[in-house]
Amino acid sequence: MKCKVCRQHAVLDIRRHNAGFCREHFLEHISNQVAKTIKEFKMFAPTDRLLLAVSGGKDSLALWDLLLDLGYDVTGFYLDLGIGGYSTRSKEACIAYADRKDAKLIVRNLAEEHGYTVPELSKLTRRAPCSGCGLNKRYEFNRAALEEGFDILVTGHNLDDEVATLFGNVLHWNTDMLARQAPVLEERLFGSGDSARTVLVKKVKPLVKMAERETAAYALLKGIDYVIEECPMVEGNTQHKYKEAITMLEEASPGTKTQMYFGFLKKAAPRFAENPTEDVELAPCSQCGAVTLQPAQGEPVCAFCKMKAMAARRRSEGVSAPTIRRSGR
Amino acid sequence: MKVKLRNPDRVVEVSGPKNVLMLLQHLQIVPESVLVIRDSTLLTRDETLTDSDEVEVRPVLSGGARR
Repeated sequence: MKCKVCRQHAVLDIRRHNAGFCREHFLEHISNQVAKTIKEFKMFAPTDRLLLAVSGGKDSLALWDLLLDLGYDVTGFYLDLGIGGYSTRSKEACIAYADRKDAKLIVRNLAEEHGYTVPELSKLTRRAPCSGCGLNKRYEFNRAALEEGFDILVTGHNLDDEVATLFGNVLHWNTDMLARQAPVLEERLFGSGDSARTVLVKKVKPLVKMAERETAAYALLKGIDYVIEECPMVEGNTQHKYKEAITMLEEASPGTKTQMYFGFLKKAAPRFAENPTEDVELAPCSQCGAVTLQPAQGEPVCAFCKMKAMAARRRSEGVSAPTIRRSGR
Repeated sequence: MKVKLRNPDRVVEVSGPKNVLMLLQHLQIVPESVLVIRDSTLLTRDETLTDSDEVEVRPVLSGGARR
């Protein structure tokens, strides 16, 4: 196969573009696509301070590399979830990349912040590990961005992630989730005028046009030493099963993922956004101040604080949990 | 040829010659779900592999919570 740009030997085929690329032109293609995505969806400006959630995996490290090369002011944020050796190796990959590129990295530890690891939380709350993990990450990423004064929270969600989420939302007709699925979630404020305060930092996903296979290829070709192993808690995860199903469809019909996601954004997402299924009122959490739903009765308490309280209650009732291993950078 | 597979890490022996697509079909792996690597370089589906080759088939699909 030949590179579509220079006709030299190709290293990667992108079947949905019906094209092959040599190393040089593949890297250029990815960088151009990400720059175009940032501009098209008005994600951020060169003067914005970006906080990038990094996991040590291919997507977040590739995105860090791309944003640094494009000249953005981006700081990595790693949250140690306490998932044994997997978390240790993930943190080491982030630190190694930051050191290599002389990039800024903030490391926080879930056990030190809240007194539990993800495996422990799963046991205490009797929830699937990925559920508690996702809630904690969303909460901690936003909290870190607010506390450290960042303008934008950036995540490495790729096309496969977005299509799998969309697939799941459609399978279950989660219309409220469909109304919120977008490459950009705008900042949310409480109050008005001088008393207005940001409660949700603007969130953006610059890799939404990149297939997972392309971000992996980018990381490999740039010599980025990312964590290849899968999280040990992900086995049986529904999102992963959706990805496998969608990848089979993509193999049979290249372009399926792009058509599904960008067709949704163009043709369906505005309809869900215009017709919310619930007329919800938002309020600050009475315990931590984060945004949450205003209940019909009583004080508003966010999902994170409810989960944390449940974990504390179960611990006091004597539910056994693994020992927390504390570790700093 | 020696083929390194991941999650968990293991090595299997496959007879050549085969191109990359034939190798993946033999292993019952969906080509869109992996990268095939030889000597730190990526291989396209039409590349021919022989008995003396050592390649890695690296999965690219990651899983996790809906974020």
